[in-house]
Amino acid sequence: MTDRTSDRLQDDRTHDLRAEDLTLGYADTDVVSHLDVQVPPGQVTVIVGANACGKSTLLRGLARLLKPRTGTVLLDGTSVHDQRPTDVARVVGLLPQTPVAPDGITVADLVGRGRYPHQGWFRRWSAEDDAAVAQALEATGTAELADRQITALSGGQRQRVWVAMALAQDTDLLLLDEPTTYLDINHQVELLDLLTDLNREHGKTIAMVLHDLNLAFRYADHIIAMKHGAIVTQGRPADVIDADVVEDVFGLACQVVPDPVSGTPLVVPRSRHHVRALTSEAESPAAV
Amino acid sequence: MTATVQRLQHVEAPTPRHRSTVGLGLGALVLLGVLAVVMFVSITIGARGVGLHTIWTAFTDYDPSSAEQTVIRELRVPRTLLGLLVGAGLGLAGALLQGVTRNPLADPGIMGINMGAAAGIVVAVMLFDGISQSTSVWVGFAGAGVATVVVYGVASFGREGATPVKLALAGAAVSASLYSVTTGVTMSDLQALNELRFWQVGSLSGRYLPVLSQTWPFLVAGIAVALLMGRSLNGLALGDDLAVALGQRVRLTRVVVFVTVALLGGAATAACGPIVFVGLVVPHIARALCGPDYRWILPYTFLLSPIILLCADVLGRVLVSPSELQVGVVLGVVGAPAFILLVRRKDLAQL
Repeated sequence: MTDRTSDRLQDDRTHDLRAEDLTLGYADTDVVSHLDVQVPPGQVTVIVGANACGKSTLLRGLARLLKPRTGTVLLDGTSVHDQRPTDVARVVGLLPQTPVAPDGITVADLVGRGRYPHQGWFRRWSAEDDAAVAQALEATGTAELADRQITALSGGQRQRVWVAMALAQDTDLLLLDEPTTYLDINHQVELLDLLTDLNREHGKTIAMVLHDLNLAFRYADHIIAMKHGAIVTQGRPADVIDADVVEDVFGLACQVVPDPVSGTPLVVPRSRHHVRALTSEAESPAAV
Repeated sequence: MTATVQRLQHVEAPTPRHRSTVGLGLGALVLLGVLAVVMFVSITIGARGVGLHTIWTAFTDYDPSSAEQTVIRELRVPRTLLGLLVGAGLGLAGALLQGVTRNPLADPGIMGINMGAAAGIVVAVMLFDGISQSTSVWVGFAGAGVATVVVYGVASFGREGATPVKLALAGAAVSASLYSVTTGVTMSDLQALNELRFWQVGSLSGRYLPVLSQTWPFLVAGIAVALLMGRSLNGLALGDDLAVALGQRVRLTRVVVFVTVALLGGAATAACGPIVFVGLVVPHIARALCGPDYRWILPYTFLLSPIILLCADVLGRVLVSPSELQVGVVLGVVGAPAFILLVRRKDLAQL
């Protein structure tokens, strides 16, 4: 098993997912236009931006859920649309925003469905599939839930099970569309810690869309900030994020200070009320 | 529960799926046995009592002058085989549609198949001033096929293609307009009304051998394809996004499924009229028995549907002997309450 893991660690450095001149859209609107972007191998990439800036659309485009209007999504130099779907699915996994669990399915069975691209008409369930499912359950701390039904789980447990399913797919790249939505803050941190474990211990490349800026800046090795379907800035959060960038991307007046826990950028919004040392302004009585 | 947890920690040990596989496999064997018994009963029971020996000699040593042997060869065996194929076809068509649309109420009817076949028959009767019985099978089949294509075509407009919701809406709209056409024609054409009336009750009675020989290739081919779709339907059950992410060709799967449904639903409905109960309910019974895995739901549906259809048919022959009740009537009267009981007793899995 250790051999396999180290193989994979070396392997993932070679998988390269990027988009060139990528335009994506719905109906007659382009949501993302002529974008060049790369998912840095072996890192945690987080895409942030205001609502409707195209961040989810970009992620969906990278996961080949949308057909590009211009340009291509390249996996290891070849367009993902020119490769066999199962070949791509063995390298790139996706956890969509609202996945659907068939009613009555157990955790173990759902996680097992992540093995789809590794099976075929003649290659059915194998010992390797068993091993991958068991590993995925263990890595996400869901092994003791294996026989439970999905519908009986809490939101936090459910999300971990979905991550387990994506893990069972055993891909080097994992794309996640707002995986912390609907989770309490403690479960958000727990899930992001888990994803960091997967990145550091299993060498997975992770790219995700997050809403919470402070968590995004803390957990990202590489941040991509988007506005109106274009990339405003990208790089290490500490290097590229400051109050001007946040104001530009989100239209939010703020201060950016070092996070007391992690040292990463922490966004402190300037609201109209509740601002210290503003006492004389008549139009902000709540400031007192 | 604890045993499972311990097992999972050993990477080599089987996960729960393997233990249930044995049970489900045995269950399928039992159902196969039940189906064999039901088919045997269907061949032997009828207005004219026939012994085991007669059945045997009807095929090994056929004597055309023997009325019993002729009944077996021309009526009972074709009728039973038709029940087997039509039952399996309707059940599988329902299971496929429920899977691909993720709609627990889907049955071939929502694809406009029943109304399409009915409209095909009455329009043909009106245009050609009456049609032969074998022609009515073909026009019913063609009507069902056209309706399915129209429903799928209408639902495919827009960026996401034929989504479950759009399919259900398109199916309802097309069915409604075909219903108007059918009603309009039958109001003005008595002959068409009579032909429709005969066909609409859902019946295995009448012309078994010619209908069987007309429709069996379509039913057998459709059943074969349907039984292979389990893996794909399992993928689709997770939603389109996840299915694509797992490497499935979602659009291709949808097209194959709909062609198969049109084939099965069209042929079965053209042969025996609109028998709605089987396609709607049997997949739910299969799902209640074997959980959400379509690799089991499909074979279970394949076995359960003809069992239920043939039981209803035999019941219809016995209840009012020497006359007969149509199988569609029996299914509705006996089956619906039974299904309601089942739903109340057990939380039927949705999808």
